[in-house]
Amino acid sequence: MNETTPRSEGFGELVGRAFGNRSFVIGLVITLVVAAMAAVSFFWTPFDVTRLVVADRMQPPSAEHWFGTDHFGRDVLSMIMIGARNSIAVALVAVVIGMGIGVPLGCWAAARGGWVDEALMRFNDLVFAFPALLSAIMITAVFGPSAINAIIAIGIFNIPVFARVARAGALSIWPREYILAARAAGKNKTRITVEHILPNIANLLLVQGTIQFALGILAEAALSYVGLGTQPPMPSWGRMLFDAQTLMMVSPWLALFPGCAILITVLGLNLLGDGISDIFDPRSRRRP
Amino acid sequence: MTIYLLKRLLIGIATLVVASLVVFLMLEVVPGDPARLMLGMNASDAQVELLREQMGLNQPLALRYLDWASGLLQLDFGKSYTYSVPVIDLIRERLVVSFPLAVIALTLSTLIAIPVGLFAAARRGKAGDTAAMAVAQVGVAMPNFWFALLLVYVFAVWLRLVPAGGFPGWGNGIWPALKALILPALALALPQAAILARVTRAALIEVLNEDYIRTARAKGMPMRAVMWRHALRNAMIPVLTIMGLQFAFLLAGTIIIENVFYLPGLGRLVFQAITQRDLIVVESVVMLLVAAVVLVNLAVDLSYALVDPRLRARQ
Repeated sequence: MNETTPRSEGFGELVGRAFGNRSFVIGLVITLVVAAMAAVSFFWTPFDVTRLVVADRMQPPSAEHWFGTDHFGRDVLSMIMIGARNSIAVALVAVVIGMGIGVPLGCWAAARGGWVDEALMRFNDLVFAFPALLSAIMITAVFGPSAINAIIAIGIFNIPVFARVARAGALSIWPREYILAARAAGKNKTRITVEHILPNIANLLLVQGTIQFALGILAEAALSYVGLGTQPPMPSWGRMLFDAQTLMMVSPWLALFPGCAILITVLGLNLLGDGISDIFDPRSRRRP
Repeated sequence: MTIYLLKRLLIGIATLVVASLVVFLMLEVVPGDPARLMLGMNASDAQVELLREQMGLNQPLALRYLDWASGLLQLDFGKSYTYSVPVIDLIRERLVVSFPLAVIALTLSTLIAIPVGLFAAARRGKAGDTAAMAVAQVGVAMPNFWFALLLVYVFAVWLRLVPAGGFPGWGNGIWPALKALILPALALALPQAAILARVTRAALIEVLNEDYIRTARAKGMPMRAVMWRHALRNAMIPVLTIMGLQFAFLLAGTIIIENVFYLPGLGRLVFQAITQRDLIVVESVVMLLVAAVVLVNLAVDLSYALVDPRLRARQ
């Protein structure tokens, strides 16, 4: 645990504290490595994943194919790199949808109170009653399986999560004295929300963002695994695990590497989230 | 408390009504005519029209919704488009797999998480705590279906202790059936246990700072007794809340996990129904699961009162 936060703190101190936090550093490194892998895959992968080389099929890991090859002779490392791009894209857009709609709703509820607040919270309860994955399955079943529908399905369930966090955060800021001062200065609620509330809840939103990002990657993998997410031939981590399942007796590495990719990415994001929440509030308990 | 519970009950009912509307309207926008689907592409327009009339598809939307919703209340979900048998029969024969699976998983997850949470909280900041929480951190990040694959590889392919998949049915004795459910239940339970252990630990640490804990320790009560008698009981509210939420995850998780183990449960039913575009089965299962989640959340609200006498007294 760090010492208590000084009242006003420079950016430098914040950065210093960040790099003293083990969770944050490990999480950041993992996240950057995965992101870099995804970015590089746009220009270069060790092998072309659209070319099927039957002679090379089901090769165990070797110096040439670090992670081996699959039943079509495609290089597993190259597929994991492109899979990273997919997972990140789906989870990131889902977080943007959730934040873009959820945060304004939550801030509005906190600023208005009364029936707006009540209605929003009841709507939240409603969405939480749907098991998210089940609804994602229903949405993709109705509108057809695709990466876009997976994004929408995951994104919808991010909305109430961000609304709830934004509302709770905003409610704790509104009674502060500087808000009273801003109101006395004649600023309206929208302006106060934008100028004072949002900057003060940004850390909470950032932490929640990393959590939802991680959950989005898990959800995308699960949807792709059951065939309702990213569609072949586009490689995705979940789909690779589905293909690996029937081949597990002969080539277990096919199931090992994509699973590790998901695990490490999610772990990195969770550690990053833990780290950020520690940095901004050293007294904060670790999130479940 | 009574007023609070009544309010929760009303919200639960409202949730079910809105959920049924959403599910109903969602499946309305699906392209394709169920009657045409049942009869096949070679059926004449007249035949299709006749079946549409019989199925009530020509009635106005609102009437059809009321019809469907009142059917739901009597557990009459209608007939499957592909199997032409009542959906409730399909659900009933699948529920004997999925329900025990979810219950075993929840039990396992609780039996693992609470002791781990107690262990870690009692050794806060020491090596045991750090190790337990590191394992939990990995558990939280683990996709359950991948964990399931690893379990299959180790216990079914390598050690040959349990079958890799399939379900023998409850008719051939309890043991073979339980053996088929143990890996799926573990795969579901461990990632959830990791989350629950972290919640339990955090809740306990909060409680351990309270004055009454210090009093209990000061009067010479052993740490173990303090943990079980005072701390755990007071930490139960957040733990129960998360357990209620996890039930929803477990239900959704069974859908994925059943596909890993080829278990003939609700999850397999949903996927078969999706590929066959048997949408009435999909919407029935979704409604059933939403109802289960609402009921469990109500049960959690009720259990608060059992755990905390202060809530019982409050009006």
